[in-house]
Amino acid sequence: MREVAIDRSAVTAAARAETADVPLLAAEGLSFHAGEKRLIEDVSLMIRPGRRTVIMGANGAGKSLLLRLLHGLIRPSEGTIVWRGGPFDRDARRAQAMVFQRPVMLRRSVLANLRFALKVRGVRGADRLAREREALERARLGDLAHSPSRVLSGGEQQRLAVARALACAPDVLFLDEPTSSLDPASTYAIEKLIMEAHSEGVTIVLVTHDVGQARRLGDDIIFMHGGHVAETGTAARVLDAPRSEAARAWLEGRLFLDPSRQKKV
Amino acid sequence: MKRRTLLGFAATTLMVFGLNNIATAQDRFIVVQSTTSTQNSGLFEYILPMFQKKTGIEVRVVAVGTGQAIKNASNGDGDVLFVHAKPAEEKFVADRDGVERFDVMYNDFVIVGPPSDPAGVAGMDDVVSALKKIAEAKVPFASRGDDSGTHKAERRLWSAAGVDVSAASGDWYRETGSGMGATLNTGTGMGAYIMTDRATWISFGNKGDYRIAVQGDPIMFNQYGIILVNPEKHPNVKADLGQQFVDWVLSTEGQNAIRSYEIDGQQLFFPNATSAGDIQKAS
Amino acid sequence: MDSFWAIFSEALALIVAGDADLIEIIGLSLRITLTAVAIACLIGLPLGAMVGAFRFPGRTVATVILNSLMGLPPVVVGLIVYLALSASGPFGPLSLLYTPTAMVIAQTILVTPIVAALTKQVVEDLHLEYSEQFASLGVGPLDRVSALLWDARYSLLTVALAGFGRAVAEVGAVIIVGGNINHVTRVMTTTIALETSKGNLQLALALGVVLLSIAIVVNAGVMALRASAVRSAYA
Repeated sequence: MREVAIDRSAVTAAARAETADVPLLAAEGLSFHAGEKRLIEDVSLMIRPGRRTVIMGANGAGKSLLLRLLHGLIRPSEGTIVWRGGPFDRDARRAQAMVFQRPVMLRRSVLANLRFALKVRGVRGADRLAREREALERARLGDLAHSPSRVLSGGEQQRLAVARALACAPDVLFLDEPTSSLDPASTYAIEKLIMEAHSEGVTIVLVTHDVGQARRLGDDIIFMHGGHVAETGTAARVLDAPRSEAARAWLEGRLFLDPSRQKKV
Repeated sequence: MKRRTLLGFAATTLMVFGLNNIATAQDRFIVVQSTTSTQNSGLFEYILPMFQKKTGIEVRVVAVGTGQAIKNASNGDGDVLFVHAKPAEEKFVADRDGVERFDVMYNDFVIVGPPSDPAGVAGMDDVVSALKKIAEAKVPFASRGDDSGTHKAERRLWSAAGVDVSAASGDWYRETGSGMGATLNTGTGMGAYIMTDRATWISFGNKGDYRIAVQGDPIMFNQYGIILVNPEKHPNVKADLGQQFVDWVLSTEGQNAIRSYEIDGQQLFFPNATSAGDIQKAS
Repeated sequence: MDSFWAIFSEALALIVAGDADLIEIIGLSLRITLTAVAIACLIGLPLGAMVGAFRFPGRTVATVILNSLMGLPPVVVGLIVYLALSASGPFGPLSLLYTPTAMVIAQTILVTPIVAALTKQVVEDLHLEYSEQFASLGVGPLDRVSALLWDARYSLLTVALAGFGRAVAEVGAVIIVGGNINHVTRVMTTTIALETSKGNLQLALALGVVLLSIAIVVNAGVMALRASAVRSAYA
């Protein structure tokens, strides 16, 4: 198991140095079928350590599904996920964390939500108490530590969800449209948390369809269309000069129907 | 905190559960399989404290129909059988389930009916003729129908009257399949004639305007017997304590206790243990 | 309506008089029922939670069986327990027949499927909400079940209450295995049955009113607890 330490950035930096040329996470020939429907089709990609990757695309393009496949919540129909050049095992699970579109709050206090996640991840004793304090501070929820988490506002809940995920000291943090139902102030707070985490060495994989957010947070962009990867590149390049018709249409606010993927009736 | 709560919960449960066992762990008690008629009349509540005071033995009465009482006892679930169905009791002894049968006491059966007396049997003392009249008039008759001592006695009377009640079952002959009290509740509700033991009738609280229509026929005699369950066949039987109870019931003291039980100034049971023949003369 | 009010005043008189026998009978009823419900919860809560939270082959069959067992006729349960505990049955040597323990066993058998089936429903709904978060954290099966049970605790109070209702009102099974022995195994329901068979309908109904009052007090208490939990968003 990975060494657990409060000074997370040092550990992750060390881990990254070790494996500088190996991608943190790689998908090879990933497909996901639900019955006749091919929801993800032959996706290959790499997530490099320390990068912020943004997955974009229209509704139904398969962004969230891809994120769940990468995080190992769903088993792919075909293809494999490679973690640090090896198999996706228990250690891989423990080195990852995820924040969902709608924060999943246990019916417990703010503090108990943090404690539950840390206990599950095997963090004990003084280390756990220190991480709880740190997470409360990070989420700016110190005053509400003993309040039921489900009476918090949507923004507070999502801050807690991000802090809870980060308390687990992940190498990579997955976020599925974490600000899609938040107001601008709450959105800003979440983005700030994400940037902080990144500066501490956490690799970020974020699904969003907010172009502004993609510009602010993204190093790289994976643009999905119809279950395929339509285009990849740096955020600035993809957003300013999209090469694929799908990305161009979406950025211009047009509906793009790929003629090659139309079902023949 | 969660774990502690669960543990506390489990501990409490075990404690309560354990207490149940401790409360019943004392061995100075016997189980008597008996009938609803003796229980509902209040006889046991009257005589058992006397026995317990004398011997320190607690008597736990399971009151069910005679058929079920005999079945339970033949499973070994009881130390003493105290019922009223002589042929079945003799079979119980013949099957080696019981040691020996003794007469204890008797009361009698009566037929109760509504005041309108639709079959015109009120005041009769010839039960066979009365049953014939009820059958001819096809007036409702509520039967226990539960293989109890009372039910068995009633079926014997019907066959003496030459009436095939099985054919009329569901028509005017109605089998409730339940205890004496439940049958009285049901029967009085449907305006039916009902055969019951006198003790249950006297102590029954829901008579309405019903009254005794037929009584006094010698063949309506209802004999109770007592049997120690055979410890050779059922090793768990508390033979010693059970025998003490049987002996006491048959003794002068027990027989006098039975005789002295009255409701509204009426004696309910008439002791007739053979060993107590001298007492009956004396009183 | 005369007798209706007479029954109520008799019930009230019974409670006010605090008759020692009545107190004993109520105490035994509660002790047996609460013990049975507690054991049923110890078995039924984890069982129901496992069926609710895990996918496994035969899960549908398990659900159908649990749901069907909810409708077990008490008399049948009474007979089965009687045959098992009878001196000539497999557990005869334990001498448990005609004891409160036998009644607890019968009621536990009646109540456990109710607790398990209802728990399964509650936990399944909650698990739908939690499952991705649990998978993401890598929560193991044991932690998963205990966390779901803990978080559903206020809904599960209602489940325990349903079990309590079934057990406290049940007569068919306890009268067979308990024998309705005075001062030993006589409880509220068997007393009501006995008084009915003696034709003391008014007393029987008054006892019924007393039983109902106890059920109301227990239910109100649990509901108040749950309401306070709802206010703090724990339920």
